Amino acid sequence: MWNYSEKVMDHFRNPRNVGKIEKPDGTGTVGSLACGDALTLMFKLDADKRIVDVKFQTFGCASAIASSSALTEMVVGKTIEEAEKITNKDIATFLGGLPDQKMHCSVMGREALEAAIHNYRTGETMIKNLEDHIVCTCFGVSENEIRRVVTENSLTTVDEVTNFCKAGGGCGMCQDDIQKIIVSIRDAKIPPAPAVADKPQKKLSNLQKIKLIEEIIDREIRPQLKKDGGDIELLDIVGDRVTIAFRGMCAGCHSADFTRQDFIEAKLREFVDPAIAVVEEGE
Amino acid sequence: MNTIYFDNNATTCVAPEVRDAMMPFFNDLYGNPSSMHVFGGQVAKHVKAARERIAAFINADPSEIVFTSCGTESDNMALHGSAELLGPQAKIITSRVEHPAVLGPCRRLKDMGFREIEIPVDGVGQLDLDAFREALKGHGPAIVSLMWANNETGVIFPMEKLVELAKEAGAVIHSDAVQVAGKLPVDVKKMPVDMLSISGHKLHAPKGIGIFYLRRGTRLKTFMLGGHQENGRRGGTENVPYIVGLGKAVELAAANMAEESRHLTRLRDKLENGLLATCPDARVNGDRAHRLPNTTNMSFEYIEGEAILYHMSDLGICASTGSACAAGSLEPSHVIRAMGVPFTAVHGSVRFSLSRYNTEAEVDYVLDHMPKIVHKLRDLSPFGKGDVLPVNL
Ligand code: FES
Repeated sequence: MWNYSEKVMDHFRNPRNVGKIEKPDGTGTVGSLACGDALTLMFKLDADKRIVDVKFQTFGCASAIASSSALTEMVVGKTIEEAEKITNKDIATFLGGLPDQKMHCSVMGREALEAAIHNYRTGETMIKNLEDHIVCTCFGVSENEIRRVVTENSLTTVDEVTNFCKAGGGCGMCQDDIQKIIVSIRDAKIPPAPAVADKPQKKLSNLQKIKLIEEIIDREIRPQLKKDGGDIELLDIVGDRVTIAFRGMCAGCHSADFTRQDFIEAKLREFVDPAIAVVEEGE
Repeated sequence: MNTIYFDNNATTCVAPEVRDAMMPFFNDLYGNPSSMHVFGGQVAKHVKAARERIAAFINADPSEIVFTSCGTESDNMALHGSAELLGPQAKIITSRVEHPAVLGPCRRLKDMGFREIEIPVDGVGQLDLDAFREALKGHGPAIVSLMWANNETGVIFPMEKLVELAKEAGAVIHSDAVQVAGKLPVDVKKMPVDMLSISGHKLHAPKGIGIFYLRRGTRLKTFMLGGHQENGRRGGTENVPYIVGLGKAVELAAANMAEESRHLTRLRDKLENGLLATCPDARVNGDRAHRLPNTTNMSFEYIEGEAILYHMSDLGICASTGSACAAGSLEPSHVIRAMGVPFTAVHGSVRFSLSRYNTEAEVDYVLDHMPKIVHKLRDLSPFGKGDVLPVNL
């Protein structure tokens, strides 16, 4: 079972503001039956343009229901401008936290609120992603949505992105693209490293890339590992995802993870492509 | 609050008779059966007796029984042991709806270079026999691993036919019999599989003991290397108390199987028909004509399984779901998806699995409360009300 907070369980058991509003000022729906969760949010404004009434309907797990219910409590009495400032983090905090794998429930809340506000302002139904590039087709998550959860929640790994917006949690085909987005956001923050002589300037063909990865492993990586009685085997390269296995002393070593990320990945990023992600066999 | 335990395909309670049979082997008869002293040696005869009972339970020879730590170990042993023996030219044939304990090793073997084929199932979870025949064609050795009964839906594969086809093609065949053992008769003379996996904790023995049946003459590379135990087929000191317990558990299962099966079918059908009658938009997933007597897998459309389970748990009712959210993954159960259950129903699946200890009063209690839970969640759900939602699916 999940370790849900008391507050999550309370909102799940006794959801507030369930239902619909006749003639709402704004309505937003996100998610779908196929995805496993969906939320419709409606609100009504009073004469001072404050949210006086808000109602929701949710299809989803306990934390999806709790996040929606919590959101309705958070927005009542607020102006649109105030409500707009609510982030997914605020929803999670209000609930006394959510399990990592359930953070996407809070993101769904924030998205429904945005869709409802958009509907209020423009009178249009917000069909998300229309002009936005879809990165994860399994869950229909766009690049902008991924950028947003990464920035707002300081995410650093693909797994975290999956927890927050589901992207990458289906077939896994989009994981390389998500990794690239994470890297591009990180690189935008850190000043670029000085160019190394061997660093390729142009985009490599797949074959060139494989050759180069092999070469870097032989020249830069393997000799270091061998010093400690270990070795590395290159198993597969799919896009920017490089699958390796540790051999010898490295196999089963506790610091293998550290070696993989801070040494092997760093080297390959330095010499081959900054988007490279190194994973261990079976991950 | 009383617990109503309808999750017996996940695990079962240890039968009191089993517990009592095990107790002497913790503090009194704790010797190692391999020891060269009477204190240890006397324990060996209890292990032998248990082995004989278990062999009789599946109509095998005692020498064909290997004790393992669980069903998962037995599955791994079957697949890795055969694959290592036959080498990378062997192909692995399994189904899309296997337990992870089979799919895991199969996919690992695939990563290691073996050809792996996962046979699809139809809408009620029955194996596509044509695809199976097709997969068996061709040269080279084949390792088949197909479950006897499915843990999520209870659907029983036509094992007799599958074994026959596999044998005709000269393949070795393993079957994960974890769910069937103790619920329906298993007879390895009538059903000539080469290997079987059975787990103790699904039939009222404790967690931590399993059986691997290896037909005499079937070869295997030893998977768990170590001492000479189990005739060199599985190293590791025998788990004496659990082996004794499992011996008792199969004795209990064998003694009452027909009667229990009737009892379970009656309760399960009452539960299933009752829920279909009282909960609108409910459906049964799986082949109702070929199913374990204790299992029903139902979907409640437009609502989500984890939410259903939490409400049930508040009332003391234990079951499980194929919903994505409950497993911490984002994809719903591979079994439900392989069956092509409509997407309105995949996330709202609930499995009820009963045991000999369940009563009619418990079924009545669940029948009383489930409609309220379904109603409450339907009220909350934006779907299933006939409205068209402005949403991109
Ligand atoms: S495309 Fe993102 S997980 Fe499948």
